[in-house]
Amino acid sequence: MSLLEVTNLGISFGGLRAVDEFNISIEEGELYGLIGPNGAGKTTVFNMLTGIYKPTDGKIFLDGTDITGKKTAEINKAGVARTFQNIRLFGDQSVLDNVKIGLHNSFKYGTATGIFRLPKFFNTEKKMDEKALEILSVFGLDKFADVLASNLPYGKQRQLEIARALATNPKLLLLDEPAAGMNPNETKDLMNTIALIRKEFGVTILLIEHDMKLVSGICEKLTVLNFGRVLSQGQTSTVLNDPEVIKAYLGE
Amino acid sequence: MKMEKLKKLTTGSNKSTTKLIATIAVIVILYAVMTILDATGSLTSLMKGLLVPVCAYSLVAVGLNLCVGYLGELSLGHAGFMCVGAFISAFFSKAFRGTIPDVPRFIIALVIGTFFAGLFGFLIAIPVLRLRGDYLAIVTLAFGEIIKNVINVLYVGIDGKGVHFSLKDMMALGMEPDGTVIVNGAQGITGTPRQSTFTIAVLLLIVAVIVTHNFVNSRTGRAVKAIRDNQIAAETVGLPITKYKLIAFTLSAAIAGVGGVLYAHNISSLTATTNTFGYNMSIMILVYVVLGGIGNFSGSIIAATLLILLPEMLRGLANYRMLIYSIVLIALMLFNWAPSILKWREEHGLKAIIKKKKEVQ
Ligand SMILES: Nc1ncnc2c1ncn2[C@@H]1O[C@H](COP(=O)(O)OP(=O)(O)O)[C@@H](O)[C@H]1O
Ligand SMILES: [Mg+2]
Repeated sequence: MSLLEVTNLGISFGGLRAVDEFNISIEEGELYGLIGPNGAGKTTVFNMLTGIYKPTDGKIFLDGTDITGKKTAEINKAGVARTFQNIRLFGDQSVLDNVKIGLHNSFKYGTATGIFRLPKFFNTEKKMDEKALEILSVFGLDKFADVLASNLPYGKQRQLEIARALATNPKLLLLDEPAAGMNPNETKDLMNTIALIRKEFGVTILLIEHDMKLVSGICEKLTVLNFGRVLSQGQTSTVLNDPEVIKAYLGE
Repeated sequence: MKMEKLKKLTTGSNKSTTKLIATIAVIVILYAVMTILDATGSLTSLMKGLLVPVCAYSLVAVGLNLCVGYLGELSLGHAGFMCVGAFISAFFSKAFRGTIPDVPRFIIALVIGTFFAGLFGFLIAIPVLRLRGDYLAIVTLAFGEIIKNVINVLYVGIDGKGVHFSLKDMMALGMEPDGTVIVNGAQGITGTPRQSTFTIAVLLLIVAVIVTHNFVNSRTGRAVKAIRDNQIAAETVGLPITKYKLIAFTLSAAIAGVGGVLYAHNISSLTATTNTFGYNMSIMILVYVVLGGIGNFSGSIIAATLLILLPEMLRGLANYRMLIYSIVLIALMLFNWAPSILKWREEHGLKAIIKKKKEVQ
């Protein structure tokens, strides 16, 4: 059974059919790419997968459980985490706290314990600090732990967003244009990091990308979206040589 | 390497502890100054009468700052929560005046007043916090007004048969001759024991500052701030939005309730007018929060203290009083918000000086 199984997913905004008859099947451990021109509906697919939009049609199964139309927070607890095309960090909090918020559901103590500073407060906070630093160090961000998230340079903000998503301990990680706005060096670093977290965290990854080099370099499978519909799907090499794809996307 | 990092992080959390200690120091200094002025007889009786109200409104401002600064929601009804705390605790204190000794009665009144203010906050927040934008401001504004108006026509009396309510007049209570009227319509509650001393008020203010500080620097507080910073991102990392908004708003209303309890036990005649608990007051409290700095609890206290005491201190200047008052308002606003001054404070302010000293060491 696949980790993610999506059948006939579709959504309409008024008269606009943004995504139609979208199917995808992702196996555990895969690194999967979702590509397509601007406005093709890629981000909309992510928004449906994470419950930010309710799909008009279709079903989404994660590990065999139906998560269609569930609340975003529930879907995260079920094992889906994501990043955003236009970064959404908790800008007024430190880098460390951003990751600790990702750890919120794995390390618990109550509101009263926090207010009265009971021993459990100190124990749990210490464990959270350690875990958060461990995750940050994978990205080399541990030295920025007490910097405000909004003060990080752009490329590091993207990495912090991935770190925060990983902190929720997901089975499936959705990355929306992780290399957007990065220079070639940063992009290369990012590719390495993505390959590394996949190994280290044992997480399945679906990523949206514009950068062809990044996609062909690391994704095993691709789905190409055009005008909300699947244009081509399969092994990376096959898809990249599909004449339809070359005509619609790569050619221009 | 890791140990080093952790040690550094503890310094990070020390930063917020330093801020807390500074806030408490500010309160203690203000307390000492006022007590000395009082002992040397340099306080007018009007000024003396303002000491407890200053603490009461500071508490409400701290509560509102939790709501505005950390939850990121605008409430225009915090005077309403203060009002709930005031009337419920005063009702209790008056009703049990003869039956429970002073100290435990005041403590119970405090608990009850705080609890009910929090409960009202909770009940209002359930429907409203699910909405976005200005709805909370509008509904809390309406709530404050409704509470005030209901209390103005509310009659409650106690006699041998139990408690009687009416929204018409005293006669409609139908009381036995031995009964007493406790809430008397627009005249409110008279004869509440005057138990709020300046010392108790300052102690409660310090407790509130510690509670809010610990709250915003805990797991729950982080979640609340995350929701404020970016609600969609907060949902995608699995935070239950409504739950944390409810917790923060309830706590904020409860703290306003503590202010109400203090206020009610400082005057012998408690009435609900526009200036004590109406939208006028709610807006004034918002002014304290904004001028003192959103998210900055000690700022709220300083702003409330200055702006409540100032008109009194300037009384000698007669006609120029309000002119100077407005100049101080503008000066405060500039001091807290003007970009060039913010920059100057960053470089030359108290924190910068402390930091430099440490670097030298
Ligand atoms: N909330 C929305 N309301 C209306 N139209 C939307 C909404 N979200 C996305 N769309 C439309 O859906 C289409 C696909 O957008 P998107 O998924 O962002 O494309 P991309 O592939 O570039 O990520 C666009 O035409 C966009 O305008
Ligand atoms: Mg997009």
